[in-house]
Amino acid sequence: MAGKAANKLMAIIGDEDTCTGFLLGGIGEYNAKRHPNFLVVNKDTPVSDIEDSFRAFTGRADIAIILINQYIAEMIRHIIDQHDKAIPAILEIPSKDQPYDPSKDSILRRAKGMYNADDFR
Amino acid sequence: MSGGNKDRLHVFPSRMALTQMKGRLKGAQKGHSLLKKKADALTLRFRQILTKIIETKTLMGDAMREAQFSLAAANYSAGDFSQMILQNVDKAQVKLLAKKDNVAGVTLPIFEPAVAGTSSFSLTGLARGGQQVTKCKEMFGKAVELLIQLASLQTSFVTLDEVIKITNRRVNAIEHVIIPRIQNTMKYITTELDEMEREEFYRLKKIQQKKKLQKEKAELEKKKKGLLLSGEEARTIFETGEDEDLLFK
Repeated sequence: MAGKAANKLMAIIGDEDTCTGFLLGGIGEYNAKRHPNFLVVNKDTPVSDIEDSFRAFTGRADIAIILINQYIAEMIRHIIDQHDKAIPAILEIPSKDQPYDPSKDSILRRAKGMYNADDFR
Repeated sequence: MSGGNKDRLHVFPSRMALTQMKGRLKGAQKGHSLLKKKADALTLRFRQILTKIIETKTLMGDAMREAQFSLAAANYSAGDFSQMILQNVDKAQVKLLAKKDNVAGVTLPIFEPAVAGTSSFSLTGLARGGQQVTKCKEMFGKAVELLIQLASLQTSFVTLDEVIKITNRRVNAIEHVIIPRIQNTMKYITTELDEMEREEFYRLKKIQQKKKLQKEKAELEKKKKGLLLSGEEARTIFETGEDEDLLFK
């Protein structure tokens, strides 16, 4: 980690509403090359685009957290499961129309084997 | 002789090597207990983090639902402003401060939100629905904070998971490979030393026997030469041949 400076960003891959909300929350940024740290996914976005930008986000040194809507995470689950580094951390968040399902989360699935089931509710 | 210990270190069986092995065994046992303690400490922390993650995940679900709801409310009263937001992004207002935490020699990254600068959307909803937009902003700000917390927990989780695996692997390796190997080596050295002792004993016996035989042979030869006088068998050192010769000449 580069010193004490607050220089890490959060990245978002999400539908329009989720992105709007978080950008309103003030985490959006264009870097020097005019690459955004967010990707708005709609119905017409091809999966390959999502994969590409996910890979780009994981490769960027200034991104420490990647937020991704769970239904989008489902689309590129094979890549998310390959990601085994601690940083950037990948957080799956619920979207507007899909409720959060803990059983699909990559991390919680890993945790499941070590913990008793009733803690998941 | 020394059966069953194929897996051992290549050492020359000597007493010095045995003492060395004893030292190594002691070291391995100490390391084993230390590593086990480390693994225990890590697992303890790991379980704490896991409980926290599960708690925060549910909290996050609620916060997100509220945030989405407030966004819908803002959309309703201020019109659809999402394109305006998406196009007006410039610099991030909320950035992350990365800190480190130390658990049993393992550094865990901890993220903290650092708010800097002003929001680039301060004029959003100026015409109408400003209150809803502000509320929505607050809601998402809260959600971001929660998510940052969750992210640091999750990175800790992944890091700890990795370290615990490595530590357990080491503990098992010491317990099931290194210690048995040293013990085998020690057994091998002791059997080999015993063997050498027996050989030495046998060799000494053999030499004694040989010497006795030689002595008897020499005595017989002397008798044949007739140097020995009648009937006398053993002579004392006081009557050596030299003296007798002198006397009888």
